[in-house]
Amino acid sequence: MTLNKNNNLYAFSILVKKEIADHIRSWKFIILLAIVLLTCIASLYTALQALKNTAPNPNDPDAAFFFLKIFTTSDGTMPSFHLFIGFLGPLLGICLGFDAVNSEFNGRTLGRILSQPIHRDYFLNAKFIGALIVIGTLFVSLILLTIGAATLLIGFPPTFMECNRLFLFTLLTIVYVAFWLNLSILFSVRFKHTATSALVAIAIWLFFTVFYPIIINIVAKAVQPNPYASEVEIMQYQHFMLTIMRFAPSQLYSDGTSMLLMPSIRSLGPLHMEQLQGAIPSPLPVWESIKVAWSQMVALVACTIVCFAASYYLFMRKEIRC
Amino acid sequence: MEGDKMDNPIIRVRQLTKRYGNFTAVNQLDLDIAAGEIFGLLGPNGAGKSTTILMLLGLSEPTSGEIGVCNIDPVRSPIAVKRLVGYLPDNIGFYESWTALENLILTAQLNGIPYEEARQRSLSLLEKVGLQDVAEKKVGKFSRGMRQRLGLADSLIKDPKVLILDEPTLGLDPMGVKDFTSLILRLSREEKLTVLLSSHQLYQVQKICDRVGLFIKGKLVADGPIQDLASRLFQDRPRNIQLKVSRTDTQRTHNILKEMSAIKSIKQNDDVFHIDADETIVHHLAKELVDHDITIMQLQQRAYGIEDIYAHYFEGGLTK
Repeated sequence: MTLNKNNNLYAFSILVKKEIADHIRSWKFIILLAIVLLTCIASLYTALQALKNTAPNPNDPDAAFFFLKIFTTSDGTMPSFHLFIGFLGPLLGICLGFDAVNSEFNGRTLGRILSQPIHRDYFLNAKFIGALIVIGTLFVSLILLTIGAATLLIGFPPTFMECNRLFLFTLLTIVYVAFWLNLSILFSVRFKHTATSALVAIAIWLFFTVFYPIIINIVAKAVQPNPYASEVEIMQYQHFMLTIMRFAPSQLYSDGTSMLLMPSIRSLGPLHMEQLQGAIPSPLPVWESIKVAWSQMVALVACTIVCFAASYYLFMRKEIRC
Repeated sequence: MEGDKMDNPIIRVRQLTKRYGNFTAVNQLDLDIAAGEIFGLLGPNGAGKSTTILMLLGLSEPTSGEIGVCNIDPVRSPIAVKRLVGYLPDNIGFYESWTALENLILTAQLNGIPYEEARQRSLSLLEKVGLQDVAEKKVGKFSRGMRQRLGLADSLIKDPKVLILDEPTLGLDPMGVKDFTSLILRLSREEKLTVLLSSHQLYQVQKICDRVGLFIKGKLVADGPIQDLASRLFQDRPRNIQLKVSRTDTQRTHNILKEMSAIKSIKQNDDVFHIDADETIVHHLAKELVDHDITIMQLQQRAYGIEDIYAHYFEGGLTK
């Protein structure tokens, strides 16, 4: 029985290795990797330039978190690192997943792999784990490189608190890209042609980055309360707008990263003056920051899991015959 | 011949049915295949051959019925079955940008074979199927025939007990078919494999199959050794014998033939006789003619081959 288990694990590791090798060798991944790397280097460079010219104000509660500022500051010529990832991360996820299952189905390799003595779900799991390992390695090394370069440039190392927050930021980024990865894997199981699944995934991404904000603007105009409306009404309006904005995964991600990278932020929604009264403008501990964006992070993880579960369900019931 | 072998068939199918919605792809199939034989599953496209094969492998779930492959139920434990069964799908796919060797090693590793051994085994199998020279070439550049050979190597790499080949000769040129079928025959005899192959190409399969099953519209209409099948199916049809004798003997031959009771009719065309008989009388006839010192130029019984069987079932057999 133990031999059996080892055998299964061995076969699974072989499948994962194959996935990773396929991704690393593929042109689409190399090109997208180059784009991500270049934009990240550019945004980090502008951040460092901006920070060099205008050192953080000592009164700024975030001044102690210099390394976090690298990822959120920009001199205005380019968006900051975390905005870039929010924008390009989905593309990376889609690129790794959109042809995961249907290309193997069309190339008739699916039947060959599944006629080997492995569990059927190994195939899909390996697709996911393989791509996840690639994404994880990519972002961990990217952020470590940035920290290393920044340490060399400015001459002091990050604090333990910063490391904690950066670690969580990396984790959140991986989850965010994994969500898009799973969504595109779902389409690759559902649609027969790779072009269809790629286009559908990109359409959804475009919808959330371009059209969703437009729709929100229209809705906002329609439900906007009178400027002389009561405070309660205005608060309700604000909450309503935030809620519908958070249907976009990118909003969830940006809420989460803002909380992690800007420790002084206390709330993602509107605050009453009374709530702020007596508050000392100081950074929150990590755990308190997490609590503020807890629901957003959980929602992101949940979306990822739902997408994976759906593709799992579809894949297990898929007819193998071509 | 089949008696004791068939008591413990290596593949055993009982009342197997598969429906897709209203369409019945396989209809109450009963099938026994003995260890070590080459069984041909014949039938036109869409007869349910591939569906049956997928169910044997546990890749598709039957609507009802029982399957046993090496006494294992592929519905309950597909992995155990897949460990014992090598499968060559029709139109097999390989990773095009990988070399032949890499593709084989992947399959071997998925069967739990460690890398070094996998490499050794892949190389020796590539040699067996005659691809040793292109082991390091990318599969994308392979011809159809080479792919099929590679596919055969791929299905043999796990050292299977049963080999299932789905349309193995499809898309090969006549030479390729001949090579490939003889390769299958040789390998199966060497490795003592049970082979189940499906095809709609009669002649190619006829030569290497010990037994065939005719599969039409999801039903197995007949099965057995080809000659058996022919004599069983065509026993009520007159035997057709063609006899050609030396020109000087024609008259004497005619007299001899007239005296034989088994012969129903004789058509003479110069020195060629076309004889219809009730039973197989060729050997009687030959003996008689030799006894009378007649020079036989040609004596041929028209055998009912697989094509007649096929035609029979396609023309009128469906309603039976």
